[in-house]
Amino acid sequence: MTQFKVFRFDPEENKPARFDIYAVPWEKGMTVLEGLLFIADNFYDTPSFRTSCRAAVCGSCAMHINGRYRLVCNTLIETLLPNGVGMITIQPLAHLPVYKDLVVDMTNFFKHYEAIRPYLIHGKSLPEKEFTQSPRDRKKIDGAIDCILCGACYGSCPVAGTNPEYLGPHAILKAARFYNDSRDSANKERLTLIGHNKGLFRCHSIFNCQVVCPKNLDPAGAISQMKVKLIWQKFKGLFGME
Amino acid sequence: MMLANKYDVIIIGGGLAGLRAAVEAQANGVSALIVSKLHPLRSHSGAAQGGVNAPLANNPEAKDDTPDKHAYDTVKGSDFLADQDAVQMMTAMAPEIIYELEHWGCPFSRTDDGRIAQRPFGGAGYPRTCYGADKTGLYMLHTLYEQVVKRGITIISDFFVTALIVEGNTCYGIAGIDMIKGRLETIVGHTVIIATGGAGRIYGKSSNALTSTGLGMALAYWVGAPLKDMEFIQFHPTGIIYKHILMTEGCRGEGGYLVNSKGERFMQKYAPSKMELAPRDIVSRSIATEIEQGRGFEARDGSGYVHLDMRHLGAAKIMERLPGVREICLDFLGLDIIKEPAPIQPVQHYTMGGIDTDVNGATAVKGLYASGECACVSVHGANRLGGNSLLETLVFGKRSGLAAAQYVSGVKQRSYIPQNLIVNISRLYESHFKRITHSQGEEKHRVLKRELSDTMDKLVGIFRNAQDLQSALLKIKELKARFKLLAPPQSGLKFNYDILTHLELEANIDVAEAVVMGALKREESRGSHSRRDFPNRNDKDFLKHTLVYYRAKGDVDVQYKPVAITKFQPEERKY
Repeated sequence: MTQFKVFRFDPEENKPARFDIYAVPWEKGMTVLEGLLFIADNFYDTPSFRTSCRAAVCGSCAMHINGRYRLVCNTLIETLLPNGVGMITIQPLAHLPVYKDLVVDMTNFFKHYEAIRPYLIHGKSLPEKEFTQSPRDRKKIDGAIDCILCGACYGSCPVAGTNPEYLGPHAILKAARFYNDSRDSANKERLTLIGHNKGLFRCHSIFNCQVVCPKNLDPAGAISQMKVKLIWQKFKGLFGME
Repeated sequence: MMLANKYDVIIIGGGLAGLRAAVEAQANGVSALIVSKLHPLRSHSGAAQGGVNAPLANNPEAKDDTPDKHAYDTVKGSDFLADQDAVQMMTAMAPEIIYELEHWGCPFSRTDDGRIAQRPFGGAGYPRTCYGADKTGLYMLHTLYEQVVKRGITIISDFFVTALIVEGNTCYGIAGIDMIKGRLETIVGHTVIIATGGAGRIYGKSSNALTSTGLGMALAYWVGAPLKDMEFIQFHPTGIIYKHILMTEGCRGEGGYLVNSKGERFMQKYAPSKMELAPRDIVSRSIATEIEQGRGFEARDGSGYVHLDMRHLGAAKIMERLPGVREICLDFLGLDIIKEPAPIQPVQHYTMGGIDTDVNGATAVKGLYASGECACVSVHGANRLGGNSLLETLVFGKRSGLAAAQYVSGVKQRSYIPQNLIVNISRLYESHFKRITHSQGEEKHRVLKRELSDTMDKLVGIFRNAQDLQSALLKIKELKARFKLLAPPQSGLKFNYDILTHLELEANIDVAEAVVMGALKREESRGSHSRRDFPNRNDKDFLKHTLVYYRAKGDVDVQYKPVAITKFQPEERKY
């Protein structure tokens, strides 16, 4: 048996948050998601949680599990507890208001994503067929394009916790994804959109985002790259090199 | 019951088809609203891996590729059940719609000269599957979502649609649960487009997201639109054991082998010329036969499997072209496909059938459209070719968005449904809803759901026969009766997924019944529908589409309609 200790809270009920504990029969290969589904199937008054693809690609289910932000769907219980013996503690993503139990309101998260103009901006004339892009140029956006916007990085970022206005690692990674796309022609604007004290310069280089990313991406690296690009652009501006 | 805003076009579902429809509707000057029970980026479209077909002729081996050849492959793949006018329309539009997506930023992989890279896929005469590594669906979904953000199209997520507002065979809007506010709402509109994806979760062993429940199909079915060709369920040859997560057809497109327990590449016996790249129905049957005849391996859960071996592709190619499936095997099975073969078995993957629509997505109900996997145009017929589903979402998503916009412009008085009608319908809906949630029985919906999916797995799988299908039908009738005796779900409407499962169960049962009825009456083997008691294709009696109608008192009525044949005469299907 594995003990699941799950965060329960409804802000509209006048009750403090609590943890409920459920006993789940463990079997080899079982994921944390399968544990939560077992609870939903076999107990009354069960916690609300989001899930969809159960294959680590839709980004629905980032939560805080035993001390770290992860996806519940691709976390095998045995990687946290040998033979499933012990306690799995599950809390919702931090820094976002809780709707109910493990379900959070991601409005602010997506507001920051939208603020960086997350779409390709290109010059006026479109080619008849596709834009050509060399494999080498295409490689420059590898990684960043794999972001599933699950919010694990955002939950793990202490700066996002103290500054709700901070764009967050996800938004800056997305900005870098378009900045580095050879088809995009809005580089200067993109740096302006993130190069302020609620963006790039709010990051304290804590690197939690890089550690927790369930897709092994590197938002911290993207933030560093964008800082360098911004400083270089300012430098060029100072000396009239543009 | 609250009355929310009014929109010209309401789109249910935020996957590829829904997003593409919304972009098109808005571009044609009408207001569009996307409602979805989950955030659009969580849609199952994002799980698509291998790619999207278009005859771009970018691959040196595909210089002679044309829309016509793409159409022929699709029609042959469909075992001649696809409507050829619809298929030709789709393949003709394919290049422009893929270029458009590329212009919007979709990060396709590239050829050496910088064009969209294309790989071989099953049943295709040329390498015509455009791909972005093995995450094509994810890249396409994010790209389309970005366009929706750019255009400022309104999205209401966490809204669970439970009924369509239909009066006099005209659709006036939707009713459902706003899960954030925790209350019932109606939203009125001139048109509704259903784009809710497939019904994979009527099966247990499915590659589909847990949210692909088929409710959207049932919404249309319940208000009089027939479901078409539902007996054609695609089983993907390569799902990993235990978790049933997909290993893309791209694994074989890139050169992966299927190997049985005797170490033989057994596809030699079943499709000597195409081998592993025969269409999915044939490969799935071949794997099932190998396992049945004792040449498979046995898994811990008692199921059989064979090996998908990619070791000979080498680490570099796997890391470049198939990083996603490698990660899946590492995460869920703890094995590295660079060093070990992957244990795979056929799993339910796609519903070829769906809401009967024309090439504009129009259904039998006025103002009600459908596109994507929940619809059946039909371009897939009895068996879909890999890479054609993503193409279908774009082409017919766009067409339905355009048709809905044109319908709105044609509505003479731009007045929406009369208020008193809304009130009446809302009352009806509320009483229906109460009947379910205030039920007094003791049956558990999750138990019924499991019995249903077990039945579908065991009796309505790759190989079928009359006896099994009859038993499945009996079971479904039993579940229908027991549905009326369900225990009430957990109280409250706010993020109450227990109520969702409860309400979706009714759809699961009714959609499953349509699948079984179609399968029972189709006394032939065609494409994915393989009857052991009728092993041959029978064009004389069954070269026609099945239409299942929902009738009052829970009866169903099966009818047929002809297949559109333009230039490809039915022939024997050999690979």
